[in-house]
Amino acid sequence: MKYFKMKAVLFRQDNIATDVYSMIVDAPEIAQRARPGQFVNCYSADGSRLLPRPISICDIDRFNGFVRLVYRKVGKGTAEFSNLRAGDKISIIGPLGNGYTLRDKKRAILVGGGIGIPPLLALARELTCEKTIVLGFRDEEFLSEEFYRCGTVYKSSDAGNIGIHGTVMDAIEEYQISGDVIYACGPRPMLSAIQAYALEHNIEAQLSLEERMACGVGACLACVCQTSSVDEHSQVKNKRVCKEGPVFDAREVVF
Amino acid sequence: MNLSVDIAGVIMKNPITVASGTFGSGMEYCDFIDLSKLGAVTTKGVASTPWAGNPTPRIAETHGGMLNAVGLQNPGIDTFLSRDLPFLLEQNAKIIVNVCGKTVEDYLAVCEKLKGTDVDLLEINVSCPNVKEGGIAFGQDPKALFEITKAVKEVAAQPVIMKLSPNVTSIAEMAKAAEAGGADAVSLINTITGMKIDVEKRTFQLANRTGGLSGPAIHPVAVRMVYEVHKATSLPIIGMGGVATTEDALELIMAGATMVAVGTANFTNPYATLDIIDGIERYLQNHHIEDVKELIGCVE
Repeated sequence: MKYFKMKAVLFRQDNIATDVYSMIVDAPEIAQRARPGQFVNCYSADGSRLLPRPISICDIDRFNGFVRLVYRKVGKGTAEFSNLRAGDKISIIGPLGNGYTLRDKKRAILVGGGIGIPPLLALARELTCEKTIVLGFRDEEFLSEEFYRCGTVYKSSDAGNIGIHGTVMDAIEEYQISGDVIYACGPRPMLSAIQAYALEHNIEAQLSLEERMACGVGACLACVCQTSSVDEHSQVKNKRVCKEGPVFDAREVVF
Repeated sequence: MNLSVDIAGVIMKNPITVASGTFGSGMEYCDFIDLSKLGAVTTKGVASTPWAGNPTPRIAETHGGMLNAVGLQNPGIDTFLSRDLPFLLEQNAKIIVNVCGKTVEDYLAVCEKLKGTDVDLLEINVSCPNVKEGGIAFGQDPKALFEITKAVKEVAAQPVIMKLSPNVTSIAEMAKAAEAGGADAVSLINTITGMKIDVEKRTFQLANRTGGLSGPAIHPVAVRMVYEVHKATSLPIIGMGGVATTEDALELIMAGATMVAVGTANFTNPYATLDIIDGIERYLQNHHIEDVKELIGCVE
Protein backbone atom coordinates (compact mmCIF):
# COMPACT_ATOMS: atom_id res chain seq x y z
CA MET A 1 0.00 0.00 0.00
CA LYS A 2 1.86 3.03 -1.24
CA TYR A 3 -0.72 5.69 -0.44
CA PHE A 4 -3.36 6.33 2.14
CA LYS A 5 -5.88 9.04 2.74
CA MET A 6 -5.15 10.70 6.07
CA LYS A 7 -6.64 13.38 8.26
CA ALA A 8 -3.90 15.91 8.81
CA VAL A 9 -3.99 18.52 11.55
CA LEU A 10 -3.33 22.11 10.54
CA PHE A 11 -0.32 23.57 12.30
CA ARG A 12 -1.10 27.05 11.05
CA GLN A 13 -2.68 28.96 8.19
CA ASP A 14 -1.88 32.49 7.00
CA ASN A 15 -3.38 34.75 4.40
CA ILE A 16 -0.18 35.91 2.64
CA ALA A 17 -1.71 37.97 -0.19
CA THR A 18 -5.17 38.70 -1.60
CA ASP A 19 -6.82 35.26 -1.88
CA VAL A 20 -3.46 33.50 -1.40
CA TYR A 21 -3.14 31.23 1.64
CA SER A 22 -0.27 29.36 3.23
CA MET A 23 -1.34 26.24 5.09
CA ILE A 24 1.08 24.12 7.10
CA VAL A 25 -0.16 20.62 7.92
CA ASP A 26 1.25 17.98 10.23
CA ALA A 27 1.79 15.06 7.84
CA PRO A 28 5.06 13.23 8.62
CA GLU A 29 4.36 10.37 6.19
CA ILE A 30 4.01 12.84 3.34
CA ALA A 31 6.91 15.06 4.47
CA GLN A 32 9.27 12.07 4.61
CA ARG A 33 8.62 11.10 1.02
CA ALA A 34 7.80 14.41 -0.67
CA ARG A 35 10.01 15.86 -3.41
CA PRO A 36 9.87 19.37 -4.84
CA GLY A 37 7.26 19.60 -7.61
CA GLN A 38 4.93 16.98 -6.19
CA PHE A 39 1.41 17.77 -5.02
CA VAL A 40 -1.16 16.78 -2.43
CA ASN A 41 -4.86 16.04 -2.99
CA CYS A 42 -6.99 17.98 -0.50
CA TYR A 43 -10.55 16.78 0.10
CA SER A 44 -13.55 18.92 0.96
CA ALA A 45 -15.52 18.12 4.11
CA ASP A 46 -18.70 19.10 2.23
CA GLY A 47 -20.34 16.09 0.57
CA SER A 48 -21.56 18.19 -2.35
CA ARG A 49 -17.95 18.67 -3.49
CA LEU A 50 -16.71 15.28 -4.60
CA LEU A 51 -13.36 15.97 -6.16
CA PRO A 52 -10.05 16.55 -4.41
CA ARG A 53 -8.24 19.84 -5.00
CA PRO A 54 -4.66 19.20 -6.12
CA ILE A 55 -2.32 21.66 -4.38
CA SER A 56 1.42 21.81 -4.98
CA ILE A 57 3.86 21.32 -2.13
CA CYS A 58 5.54 24.64 -1.34
CA ASP A 59 7.83 23.56 1.42
CA ILE A 60 8.86 20.35 3.15
CA ASP A 61 9.96 20.21 6.81
CA ARG A 62 11.08 16.61 7.16
CA PHE A 63 12.44 17.15 10.67
CA ASN A 64 9.10 18.30 12.11
CA GLY A 65 6.97 16.32 9.66
CA PHE A 66 5.30 19.41 8.21
CA VAL A 67 4.18 20.06 4.65
CA ARG A 68 3.35 23.57 3.52
CA LEU A 69 0.72 24.17 0.86
CA VAL A 70 0.31 27.61 -0.72
CA TYR A 71 -2.79 28.03 -2.86
CA ARG A 72 -5.12 30.61 -4.32
CA LYS A 73 -8.76 30.77 -3.26
CA VAL A 74 -10.56 30.33 -6.56
CA GLY A 75 -13.81 28.55 -5.72
CA LYS A 76 -15.90 26.99 -3.00
CA GLY A 77 -13.46 24.18 -2.25
CA THR A 78 -10.44 26.39 -1.70
CA ALA A 79 -12.67 28.89 0.15
CA GLU A 80 -13.53 26.07 2.56
CA PHE A 81 -9.83 25.29 3.07
CA SER A 82 -9.04 28.97 3.63
CA ASN A 83 -11.38 29.01 6.64
CA LEU A 84 -9.50 26.22 8.42
CA ARG A 85 -7.51 27.23 11.49
CA ALA A 86 -4.69 25.69 13.53
CA GLY A 87 -5.93 22.45 15.09
CA ASP A 88 -8.57 21.83 12.40
CA LYS A 89 -8.26 18.71 10.27
CA ILE A 90 -8.13 18.23 6.52
CA SER A 91 -8.24 14.97 4.53
CA ILE A 92 -5.28 14.63 2.20
CA ILE A 93 -3.45 12.10 0.04
CA GLY A 94 0.12 12.51 -1.07
CA PRO A 95 2.72 13.05 -2.19
CA LEU A 96 1.40 12.64 -5.74
CA GLY A 97 3.01 13.12 -9.14
CA ASN A 98 6.62 12.91 -10.20
CA GLY A 99 8.25 16.18 -9.08
CA TYR A 100 11.32 17.92 -10.51
CA THR A 101 14.51 16.05 -11.35
CA LEU A 102 17.27 17.89 -9.51
CA ARG A 103 20.37 18.61 -11.61
CA ASP A 104 22.76 19.77 -8.95
CA LYS A 105 25.79 20.12 -11.19
CA LYS A 106 24.12 22.65 -13.47
CA ARG A 107 23.45 26.38 -13.08
CA ALA A 108 19.72 26.59 -12.45
CA ILE A 109 17.12 29.13 -13.50
CA LEU A 110 13.89 28.85 -11.52
CA VAL A 111 10.92 30.58 -13.13
CA GLY A 112 7.58 30.94 -11.37
CA GLY A 113 4.46 32.78 -12.42
CA GLY A 114 1.61 33.64 -10.03
CA ILE A 115 0.33 30.67 -8.10
CA GLY A 116 3.00 28.61 -9.92
CA ILE A 117 5.61 30.19 -7.64
CA PRO A 118 5.04 28.12 -4.46
CA PRO A 119 6.43 24.73 -5.61
CA LEU A 120 9.68 26.44 -6.63
CA LEU A 121 10.42 27.30 -3.00
CA ALA A 122 10.93 23.67 -1.96
CA LEU A 123 13.01 23.21 -5.09
CA ALA A 124 15.12 26.32 -4.41
CA ARG A 125 15.83 25.07 -0.90
CA GLU A 126 16.92 21.63 -2.10
CA LEU A 127 19.02 22.53 -5.13
CA THR A 128 22.63 22.96 -4.02
CA CYS A 129 23.88 24.59 -7.23
CA GLU A 130 24.03 28.25 -8.28
CA LYS A 131 20.45 29.53 -8.67
CA THR A 132 18.82 32.45 -10.44
CA ILE A 133 15.18 32.85 -9.51
CA VAL A 134 12.66 34.75 -11.63
CA LEU A 135 9.27 35.48 -10.10
CA GLY A 136 6.37 36.92 -12.06
CA PHE A 137 3.40 38.53 -10.33
CA ARG A 138 0.18 40.17 -11.46
CA ASP A 139 0.27 43.15 -9.07
CA GLU A 140 0.86 41.70 -5.62
CA GLU A 141 3.98 40.05 -4.27
CA PHE A 142 4.12 36.95 -2.09
CA LEU A 143 6.80 34.47 -0.92
CA SER A 144 9.62 36.45 -2.58
CA GLU A 145 11.41 37.19 0.72
CA GLU A 146 11.76 33.47 1.33
CA PHE A 147 13.48 33.08 -2.03
CA TYR A 148 16.16 35.70 -1.25
CA ARG A 149 18.02 33.20 0.94
CA CYS A 150 18.09 30.64 -1.88
CA GLY A 151 19.63 32.58 -4.75
CA THR A 152 19.61 35.72 -6.86
CA VAL A 153 16.01 36.87 -7.30
CA TYR A 154 14.59 38.92 -10.20
CA LYS A 155 10.99 40.01 -10.37
CA SER A 156 8.45 41.11 -12.94
CA SER A 157 4.81 42.11 -12.76
CA ASP A 158 1.96 42.65 -15.20
CA ALA A 159 1.06 45.89 -13.43
CA GLY A 160 4.65 47.15 -13.30
CA ASN A 161 4.63 47.76 -9.54
CA ILE A 162 7.01 44.88 -8.69
CA GLY A 163 10.33 44.47 -10.52
CA ILE A 164 10.24 45.13 -14.21
CA HIS A 165 6.99 45.84 -16.03
CA GLY A 166 6.24 42.75 -18.09
CA THR A 167 6.50 38.99 -18.02
CA VAL A 168 9.12 36.62 -16.65
CA MET A 169 10.44 36.29 -20.20
CA ASP A 170 10.95 40.05 -20.31
CA ALA A 171 12.90 39.75 -17.05
CA ILE A 172 15.07 36.94 -18.42
CA GLU A 173 15.90 39.11 -21.44
CA GLU A 174 16.31 42.37 -19.52
CA TYR A 175 18.70 40.92 -16.95
CA GLN A 176 20.40 38.59 -19.48
CA ILE A 177 19.82 35.64 -17.21
CA SER A 178 21.63 32.50 -18.26
CA GLY A 179 21.88 28.97 -16.97
CA ASP A 180 22.03 25.30 -17.96
CA VAL A 181 18.60 24.13 -16.83
CA ILE A 182 15.25 25.83 -16.32
CA TYR A 183 12.70 24.70 -13.75
CA ALA A 184 9.34 26.38 -14.29
CA CYS A 185 5.81 26.47 -12.97
CA GLY A 186 3.10 28.90 -13.99
CA PRO A 187 0.29 29.61 -16.42
CA ARG A 188 0.24 27.91 -19.80
CA PRO A 189 1.32 30.94 -21.90
CA MET A 190 4.36 31.36 -19.64
CA LEU A 191 5.30 27.68 -19.92
CA SER A 192 4.82 27.81 -23.66
CA ALA A 193 7.17 30.83 -23.90
CA ILE A 194 9.77 29.05 -21.74
CA GLN A 195 9.46 25.95 -23.89
CA ALA A 196 10.20 28.03 -27.02
CA TYR A 197 13.13 29.76 -25.26
CA ALA A 198 14.61 26.47 -24.03
CA LEU A 199 14.34 24.80 -27.42
CA GLU A 200 15.88 27.84 -29.16
CA HIS A 201 18.80 27.99 -26.72
CA ASN A 202 19.08 24.20 -26.55
CA ILE A 203 18.87 24.01 -22.77
CA GLU A 204 16.96 21.59 -20.61
CA ALA A 205 13.66 22.84 -19.20
CA GLN A 206 11.37 21.09 -16.73
CA LEU A 207 7.83 22.47 -16.86
CA SER A 208 5.19 21.85 -14.20
CA LEU A 209 1.71 21.76 -15.76
CA GLU A 210 -1.72 22.38 -14.34
CA GLU A 211 -4.89 20.67 -15.56
CA ARG A 212 -8.32 20.01 -14.07
CA MET A 213 -8.06 16.69 -12.24
CA ALA A 214 -10.50 14.18 -10.82
CA CYS A 215 -8.81 11.17 -9.19
CA GLY A 216 -5.28 12.59 -8.98
CA VAL A 217 -3.76 9.11 -9.06
CA GLY A 218 -3.75 8.24 -12.76
CA ALA A 219 -6.95 6.25 -13.07
CA CYS A 220 -9.55 8.53 -14.63
CA LEU A 221 -7.59 10.08 -17.54
CA ALA A 222 -9.18 13.50 -17.00
CA CYS A 223 -5.97 15.54 -16.74
CA VAL A 224 -3.97 14.60 -19.82
CA CYS A 225 -1.63 16.86 -21.79
CA GLN A 226 -0.66 16.49 -25.43
CA THR A 227 2.79 15.04 -26.09
CA SER A 228 5.13 15.04 -29.05
CA SER A 229 5.47 11.27 -29.15
CA VAL A 230 3.37 8.23 -28.27
CA ASP A 231 3.34 7.61 -24.53
CA GLU A 232 4.07 4.10 -23.34
CA HIS A 233 1.19 3.99 -20.88
CA SER A 234 -1.57 5.57 -22.99
CA GLN A 235 -0.33 4.31 -26.39
CA VAL A 236 -1.42 7.69 -27.79
CA LYS A 237 0.17 11.14 -27.85
CA ASN A 238 -0.81 12.21 -24.38
CA LYS A 239 0.33 11.76 -20.81
CA ARG A 240 -1.41 11.98 -17.45
CA VAL A 241 -0.51 15.26 -15.71
CA CYS A 242 -1.20 13.73 -12.26
CA LYS A 243 0.92 10.61 -12.82
CA GLU A 244 3.65 11.05 -15.46
CA GLY A 245 3.66 14.77 -14.50
CA PRO A 246 2.96 17.36 -13.32
CA VAL A 247 6.60 18.03 -14.31
CA PHE A 248 7.50 17.36 -17.95
CA ASP A 249 10.56 17.88 -20.09
CA ALA A 250 9.88 20.84 -22.39
CA ARG A 251 10.65 18.65 -25.41
CA GLU A 252 7.85 16.19 -24.68
CA VAL A 253 4.80 18.44 -24.24
CA VAL A 254 2.76 20.14 -26.94
CA PHE A 255 0.86 23.27 -25.93
CA MET B 1 -23.28 -15.31 6.28
CA ASN B 2 -23.12 -15.35 2.51
CA LEU B 3 -22.09 -12.27 0.52
CA SER B 4 -21.47 -14.07 -2.75
CA VAL B 5 -23.53 -13.44 -5.86
CA ASP B 6 -23.81 -15.04 -9.28
CA ILE B 7 -23.85 -13.24 -12.62
CA ALA B 8 -24.40 -15.63 -15.53
CA GLY B 9 -22.72 -18.48 -13.69
CA VAL B 10 -19.72 -16.46 -12.54
CA ILE B 11 -19.57 -16.47 -8.74
CA MET B 12 -18.29 -13.27 -7.11
CA LYS B 13 -17.28 -13.28 -3.45
CA ASN B 14 -19.35 -10.18 -2.77
CA PRO B 15 -21.69 -7.90 -4.73
CA ILE B 16 -19.31 -4.95 -5.14
CA THR B 17 -17.38 -4.01 -8.28
CA VAL B 18 -16.23 -0.69 -9.73
CA ALA B 19 -17.77 1.34 -12.53
CA SER B 20 -15.83 1.27 -15.78
CA GLY B 21 -13.61 4.29 -16.35
CA THR B 22 -13.25 5.28 -12.72
CA PHE B 23 -10.64 2.69 -11.82
CA GLY B 24 -8.33 2.23 -14.83
CA SER B 25 -7.36 -1.44 -14.81
CA GLY B 26 -6.96 -1.30 -11.05
CA MET B 27 -3.22 -0.56 -11.13
CA GLU B 28 -3.58 2.91 -9.63
CA TYR B 29 -5.94 1.83 -6.87
CA CYS B 30 -3.96 -1.20 -5.76
CA ASP B 31 -1.78 1.42 -4.04
CA PHE B 32 -4.79 1.94 -1.73
CA ILE B 33 -6.73 -1.31 -1.57
CA ASP B 34 -6.32 -5.05 -2.06
CA LEU B 35 -8.15 -5.71 -5.34
CA SER B 36 -8.82 -9.34 -4.44
CA LYS B 37 -11.30 -8.10 -1.83
CA LEU B 38 -13.62 -6.79 -4.54
CA GLY B 39 -16.36 -8.94 -6.03
CA ALA B 40 -14.84 -8.06 -9.39
CA VAL B 41 -12.73 -5.41 -11.08
CA THR B 42 -14.42 -3.75 -14.07
CA THR B 43 -11.86 -2.24 -16.44
CA LYS B 44 -11.82 1.02 -18.32
CA GLY B 45 -13.32 0.62 -21.81
CA VAL B 46 -11.04 -1.27 -24.20
CA ALA B 47 -11.22 -0.71 -27.97
CA SER B 48 -9.63 -2.59 -30.85
CA THR B 49 -7.01 0.17 -31.31
CA PRO B 50 -5.66 2.94 -29.00
CA TRP B 51 -8.05 5.91 -28.65
CA ALA B 52 -6.78 9.41 -27.82
CA GLY B 53 -10.01 10.64 -26.23
CA ASN B 54 -11.33 14.20 -26.12
CA PRO B 55 -9.51 17.53 -25.65
CA THR B 56 -9.22 18.97 -22.12
CA PRO B 57 -10.83 20.18 -19.92
CA ARG B 58 -12.47 16.81 -19.66
CA ILE B 59 -14.14 17.20 -16.29
CA ALA B 60 -16.13 19.70 -14.24
CA GLU B 61 -17.48 19.41 -10.74
CA THR B 62 -21.18 20.02 -10.14
CA HIS B 63 -23.22 20.11 -6.92
CA GLY B 64 -23.06 16.55 -5.64
CA GLY B 65 -21.76 15.30 -8.94
CA MET B 66 -19.28 15.70 -11.76
CA LEU B 67 -19.36 15.86 -15.53
CA ASN B 68 -16.81 13.98 -17.58
CA ALA B 69 -16.07 13.88 -21.26
CA VAL B 70 -12.91 11.80 -21.29
CA GLY B 71 -14.04 10.22 -24.56
CA LEU B 72 -12.99 6.64 -23.83
CA GLN B 73 -9.26 7.22 -24.11
CA ASN B 74 -7.67 3.76 -23.91
CA PRO B 75 -4.48 2.02 -25.00
CA GLY B 76 -6.27 -0.61 -27.08
CA ILE B 77 -6.78 -4.36 -26.69
CA ASP B 78 -3.20 -5.40 -27.51
CA THR B 79 -1.70 -3.35 -24.69
CA PHE B 80 -4.55 -4.45 -22.45
CA LEU B 81 -3.69 -8.09 -23.10
CA SER B 82 0.07 -7.69 -22.69
CA ARG B 83 0.10 -5.35 -19.67
CA ASP B 84 -3.23 -4.92 -17.85
CA LEU B 85 -4.63 -8.43 -17.99
CA PRO B 86 -1.52 -10.17 -16.56
CA PHE B 87 -1.55 -7.58 -13.76
CA LEU B 88 -5.23 -8.25 -12.99
CA LEU B 89 -4.74 -12.01 -13.02
CA GLU B 90 -1.94 -11.61 -10.48
CA GLN B 91 -4.33 -9.70 -8.21
CA ASN B 92 -6.59 -12.73 -7.99
CA ALA B 93 -9.71 -10.69 -8.78
CA LYS B 94 -12.65 -11.58 -10.99
CA ILE B 95 -12.35 -9.54 -14.16
CA ILE B 96 -15.07 -7.76 -16.12
CA VAL B 97 -13.66 -6.19 -19.28
CA ASN B 98 -15.56 -3.20 -20.60
CA VAL B 99 -15.55 -3.28 -24.40
CA CYS B 100 -16.07 -0.16 -26.53
CA GLY B 101 -16.13 0.48 -30.24
CA LYS B 102 -17.22 2.76 -33.05
CA THR B 103 -18.57 0.03 -35.31
CA VAL B 104 -19.96 -3.45 -34.71
CA GLU B 105 -16.70 -4.82 -36.14
CA ASP B 106 -14.70 -2.90 -33.50
CA TYR B 107 -16.64 -4.55 -30.68
CA LEU B 108 -16.34 -7.97 -32.27
CA ALA B 109 -12.58 -7.57 -32.80
CA VAL B 110 -12.10 -6.94 -29.05
CA CYS B 111 -14.37 -9.85 -28.05
CA GLU B 112 -12.48 -12.08 -30.47
CA LYS B 113 -9.13 -11.19 -28.91
CA LEU B 114 -10.49 -11.90 -25.42
CA LYS B 115 -11.34 -15.47 -26.38
CA GLY B 116 -9.15 -17.96 -24.59
CA THR B 117 -8.19 -15.49 -21.86
CA ASP B 118 -9.11 -15.81 -18.19
CA VAL B 119 -11.42 -12.80 -18.36
CA ASP B 120 -14.65 -13.67 -16.54
CA LEU B 121 -17.24 -11.38 -18.09
CA LEU B 122 -17.59 -8.82 -20.88
CA GLU B 123 -19.43 -5.57 -20.39
CA ILE B 124 -20.40 -4.03 -23.72
CA ASN B 125 -20.39 -0.25 -23.58
CA VAL B 126 -23.19 0.93 -25.85
CA SER B 127 -23.92 3.94 -23.71
CA CYS B 128 -20.98 6.34 -23.59
CA PRO B 129 -22.36 9.83 -24.22
CA ASN B 130 -18.95 11.31 -25.05
CA VAL B 131 -17.96 9.73 -28.35
CA LYS B 132 -19.45 10.93 -31.60
CA GLU B 133 -19.85 7.65 -33.45
CA GLY B 134 -20.76 4.21 -32.19
CA GLY B 135 -21.09 3.96 -28.44
CA ILE B 136 -24.41 5.46 -27.51
CA ALA B 137 -25.82 5.18 -31.04
CA PHE B 138 -26.19 1.45 -30.30
CA GLY B 139 -27.67 2.15 -26.90
CA GLN B 140 -30.52 4.51 -27.75
CA ASP B 141 -32.36 2.45 -30.34
CA PRO B 142 -33.84 -0.91 -29.25
CA LYS B 143 -33.38 -2.45 -32.70
CA ALA B 144 -29.69 -1.43 -32.89
CA LEU B 145 -29.16 -2.70 -29.34
CA PHE B 146 -30.80 -6.03 -30.20
CA GLU B 147 -28.59 -6.40 -33.29
CA ILE B 148 -25.31 -5.60 -31.57
CA THR B 149 -26.14 -7.82 -28.61
CA LYS B 150 -26.83 -10.69 -30.99
CA ALA B 151 -23.64 -10.06 -32.95
CA VAL B 152 -21.51 -9.90 -29.79
CA LYS B 153 -23.11 -13.04 -28.36
CA GLU B 154 -22.19 -14.99 -31.48
CA VAL B 155 -18.51 -14.13 -31.05
CA ALA B 156 -17.99 -13.76 -27.30
CA ALA B 157 -16.46 -16.57 -25.30
CA GLN B 158 -17.53 -15.02 -21.99
CA PRO B 159 -20.99 -14.11 -20.68
CA VAL B 160 -22.11 -10.72 -21.99
CA ILE B 161 -23.36 -7.77 -19.94
CA MET B 162 -24.91 -4.94 -21.96
CA LYS B 163 -24.31 -1.56 -20.31
CA LEU B 164 -27.39 0.60 -20.73
CA SER B 165 -27.76 4.35 -21.10
CA PRO B 166 -30.17 6.36 -18.97
CA ASN B 167 -30.50 8.84 -21.86
CA VAL B 168 -33.56 7.05 -23.27
CA THR B 169 -37.32 7.33 -22.86
CA SER B 170 -37.75 3.79 -21.57
CA ILE B 171 -34.79 1.91 -20.17
CA ALA B 172 -37.06 -1.12 -19.66
CA GLU B 173 -37.54 -1.31 -23.43
CA MET B 174 -33.79 -1.22 -23.93
CA ALA B 175 -33.27 -3.98 -21.36
CA LYS B 176 -35.86 -6.12 -23.11
CA ALA B 177 -34.07 -5.57 -26.43
CA ALA B 178 -30.79 -6.69 -24.85
CA GLU B 179 -32.50 -9.73 -23.36
CA ALA B 180 -34.05 -10.62 -26.73
CA GLY B 181 -30.59 -10.29 -28.30
CA GLY B 182 -29.28 -12.91 -25.88
CA ALA B 183 -27.56 -10.77 -23.25
CA ASP B 184 -26.61 -12.63 -20.08
CA ALA B 185 -26.94 -9.53 -17.89
CA VAL B 186 -27.36 -5.77 -18.04
CA SER B 187 -25.56 -3.00 -16.19
CA LEU B 188 -27.04 0.42 -15.55
CA ILE B 189 -26.88 3.33 -15.46
CA ASN B 190 -24.15 4.94 -17.49
CA THR B 191 -23.82 8.72 -17.00
CA ILE B 192 -26.59 11.20 -17.76
CA THR B 193 -25.74 13.77 -20.44
CA GLY B 194 -25.28 17.23 -18.96
CA MET B 195 -23.67 20.61 -19.56
CA LYS B 196 -22.02 23.26 -17.40
CA ILE B 197 -21.22 26.83 -18.35
CA ASP B 198 -18.52 29.08 -16.92
CA VAL B 199 -20.43 32.33 -16.48
CA GLU B 200 -17.30 34.48 -16.03
CA LYS B 201 -15.72 33.26 -19.26
CA ARG B 202 -19.13 32.80 -20.94
CA THR B 203 -18.10 29.48 -22.35
CA PHE B 204 -18.54 25.76 -21.78
CA GLN B 205 -16.72 24.19 -18.85
CA LEU B 206 -15.90 21.11 -20.92
CA ALA B 207 -14.04 21.20 -24.22
CA ASN B 208 -16.58 18.66 -25.48
CA ARG B 209 -19.40 21.03 -24.39
CA THR B 210 -21.49 18.17 -23.00
CA GLY B 211 -20.40 15.47 -20.60
CA GLY B 212 -21.75 12.59 -18.54
CA LEU B 213 -23.07 13.41 -15.09
CA SER B 214 -22.13 10.99 -12.32
CA GLY B 215 -21.94 11.04 -8.54
CA PRO B 216 -24.53 11.09 -5.73
CA ALA B 217 -26.68 13.57 -7.70
CA ILE B 218 -27.78 10.80 -10.08
CA HIS B 219 -28.33 8.01 -7.54
CA PRO B 220 -32.15 8.24 -7.29
CA VAL B 221 -32.36 8.02 -11.09
CA ALA B 222 -30.27 4.83 -10.96
CA VAL B 223 -32.50 3.31 -8.26
CA ARG B 224 -35.63 4.04 -10.30
CA MET B 225 -34.15 2.61 -13.49
CA VAL B 226 -32.78 -0.54 -11.85
CA TYR B 227 -36.26 -1.08 -10.40
CA GLU B 228 -37.89 -0.65 -13.83
CA VAL B 229 -35.46 -3.02 -15.52
CA HIS B 230 -35.83 -5.59 -12.75
CA LYS B 231 -39.60 -5.52 -13.28
CA ALA B 232 -39.29 -5.77 -17.05
CA THR B 233 -36.71 -8.56 -17.46
CA SER B 234 -35.36 -11.57 -15.66
CA LEU B 235 -31.72 -10.66 -16.42
CA PRO B 236 -29.29 -10.17 -13.55
CA ILE B 237 -28.49 -6.48 -13.09
CA ILE B 238 -25.28 -4.71 -12.14
CA GLY B 239 -26.58 -1.49 -10.65
CA MET B 240 -24.56 1.72 -10.60
CA GLY B 241 -24.97 5.48 -10.50
CA GLY B 242 -23.79 7.67 -7.65
CA VAL B 243 -23.11 4.89 -5.16
CA ALA B 244 -20.98 6.33 -2.35
CA THR B 245 -22.27 4.62 0.78
CA THR B 246 -23.54 1.25 2.01
CA GLU B 247 -27.08 2.64 2.01
CA ASP B 248 -26.74 3.66 -1.66
CA ALA B 249 -25.58 0.16 -2.59
CA LEU B 250 -28.35 -1.52 -0.58
CA GLU B 251 -30.97 0.64 -2.29
CA LEU B 252 -29.85 -0.61 -5.70
CA ILE B 253 -29.81 -4.23 -4.49
CA MET B 254 -33.29 -3.88 -3.03
CA ALA B 255 -34.46 -2.30 -6.30
CA GLY B 256 -33.27 -5.41 -8.13
CA ALA B 257 -29.50 -5.30 -8.66
CA THR B 258 -27.50 -8.49 -8.08
CA MET B 259 -24.26 -6.57 -8.04
CA VAL B 260 -23.39 -2.91 -7.48
CA ALA B 261 -20.60 -0.84 -9.03
CA VAL B 262 -18.91 2.05 -7.25
CA GLY B 263 -17.69 4.76 -9.61
CA THR B 264 -17.14 8.44 -8.92
CA ALA B 265 -16.94 7.71 -5.17
CA ASN B 266 -13.50 6.18 -5.81
CA PHE B 267 -12.26 9.71 -6.54
CA THR B 268 -13.64 11.06 -3.27
CA ASN B 269 -12.70 8.05 -1.19
CA PRO B 270 -10.31 5.45 -2.62
CA TYR B 271 -11.54 3.00 0.04
CA ALA B 272 -15.25 3.43 -0.85
CA THR B 273 -15.57 -0.11 -2.27
CA LEU B 274 -14.13 -1.82 0.81
CA ASP B 275 -16.09 0.46 3.16
CA ILE B 276 -19.30 -0.57 1.39
CA ILE B 277 -18.46 -4.29 1.48
CA ASP B 278 -17.88 -4.00 5.25
CA GLY B 279 -21.08 -1.99 5.58
CA ILE B 280 -23.17 -4.62 3.77
CA GLU B 281 -21.74 -7.31 6.01
CA ARG B 282 -22.68 -5.28 9.10
CA TYR B 283 -26.16 -4.67 7.71
CA LEU B 284 -26.71 -8.40 7.22
CA GLN B 285 -25.48 -9.12 10.74
CA ASN B 286 -27.63 -6.43 12.33
CA HIS B 287 -30.72 -7.60 10.47
CA HIS B 288 -30.02 -11.32 10.92
CA ILE B 289 -29.99 -11.97 7.19
CA GLU B 290 -28.05 -15.06 6.13
CA ASP B 291 -27.62 -14.33 2.45
CA VAL B 292 -27.29 -11.01 0.62
CA LYS B 293 -29.26 -12.54 -2.26
CA GLU B 294 -32.37 -12.36 -0.07
CA LEU B 295 -32.25 -8.60 -0.52
CA ILE B 296 -32.19 -8.56 -4.32
CA GLY B 297 -35.37 -6.88 -5.54
CA CYS B 298 -36.96 -7.23 -2.09
CA VAL B 299 -39.09 -4.11 -2.50
CA GLU B 300 -42.20 -5.30 -4.26
